[in-house]
Amino acid sequence: MTTAAEKNQSRNHEDIEAIEMPLLTEAMFQRYGYDFRGYAAASLKRRVRHAMQAEGVQTISAFQEHVLHDAEAMARFLDIVSVDVTAMFRDPLFYKVLRNKVVPDLRALPHVRVWHAGCSTGEEVYSMAILLHEEGLLEKSQLYATDLNQRALERAREGIFPLNHMREYTANYQKTGGGEEFSRYYTAKHDSAILRDFLRGNIVWAGHNLVTDGSFNEFQMILCRNVMIYFGRPLQERVHRLIYDSLAMGGMLCLGHGESLQFTPHEKCYEVADRAEKIYRKVK
Amino acid sequence: MKYKLIVIGASLGGLHALRTILSALPVDFRLPLAVVQHRNPDAGDQLQFVLQESCALPVRTAEDKTPLAPGTVYLAEANYHLLVDGDHFALSTEDAVNHARPSIDVLFETAAERYGKQTIGVVLTGTGKDGALGLAAIQRSGGLTLVESPVSAQEQGMPVAAISVTANSTLLKLEEIGPYLVALSLK
Repeated sequence: MTTAAEKNQSRNHEDIEAIEMPLLTEAMFQRYGYDFRGYAAASLKRRVRHAMQAEGVQTISAFQEHVLHDAEAMARFLDIVSVDVTAMFRDPLFYKVLRNKVVPDLRALPHVRVWHAGCSTGEEVYSMAILLHEEGLLEKSQLYATDLNQRALERAREGIFPLNHMREYTANYQKTGGGEEFSRYYTAKHDSAILRDFLRGNIVWAGHNLVTDGSFNEFQMILCRNVMIYFGRPLQERVHRLIYDSLAMGGMLCLGHGESLQFTPHEKCYEVADRAEKIYRKVK
Repeated sequence: MKYKLIVIGASLGGLHALRTILSALPVDFRLPLAVVQHRNPDAGDQLQFVLQESCALPVRTAEDKTPLAPGTVYLAEANYHLLVDGDHFALSTEDAVNHARPSIDVLFETAAERYGKQTIGVVLTGTGKDGALGLAAIQRSGGLTLVESPVSAQEQGMPVAAISVTANSTLLKLEEIGPYLVALSLK
């Protein structure tokens, strides 16, 4: 039974949280330099609640005290806020379209630089390396994979994934139109699948924060999939400018299925290369 | 207007239930509706087209930052959570909630947080218990909670779970829900 008093309490609680959230993000920024102030409010709040549960605290203020005084608590929050479940060849159709529509354009280029912005634990970067290898392009390619989360980057750099995920990854790979035995891309050891060395040689892993860092190279392809959905609109605009500035003319931008360039200031600078897979070409 | 947003959650059996409800809404219906229908992660746009066939209002798949417009049906994209965030929708690929992404609870809880007592929540047919906690959140915020009567629902799991955690939710037969929403939208 929900009483009037409970309803009041629920409102008060939310009013207090509306005060606490900006204080928390300000504290994180001042203490550690991680800037969540421009993140989308609803999803950030959900992540903060998950972190509060994990830390065993009841209020956002108590969580703030925790984070301010314990760098490990901040690192754990970064994992909660920046690491989503991912997979090799996640969204197989996307990779299939890359193979068929984007790769032919890349063949003519003397070199290919690809930026995975927000690469998390690296599964999708290695997927791209496999795809480029199969298309004979890996040799002339350089993959830059960046994330704000150093712990995720370390795991990505290792290139070791649970062996029991390989069945799913193999199925994904086959749906992309890949014709090889997927098992030739890793060595099984105990419970782990260790990716083969030739896939790693052309990948550069680096810490980079889309919110606070700038452009660092010019790329023929930029993948920023399901990263900006966690940003508020002004921050999205900033990152779209950063991406635009980092993309060569004719270069490709790949977003997630649920994202689009609609209503962004750079909408007119791109043409649609594939509507369903959200692949865009920079044309001006 | 007393209400600002209708959120609807459905799982197994939802296609028929949604078509029944949406076909009862007139072209001048004024409220936005957000719908979570559980389905395959790689399901395409098929559901949107099927629902559009039986609905006088425009049916759209909600993209990130899509503004909430009146008289529009917004469908949660497969494999994303759909959240209400200010005057627009936001998406998330965080873990499945209740084994579901999109999760009804995530939509309902964020709707309750944003629109409070101006929210109408509707739980339809389905197995499992997704939507129950979300509906309770809507009720705590003073919003209106409707549940498809377990007697007539194709799958009773979700309606029964929703009833068990809310007090005085209005139980309606499937064919009563559309006309009831029309009446509420005029308040």
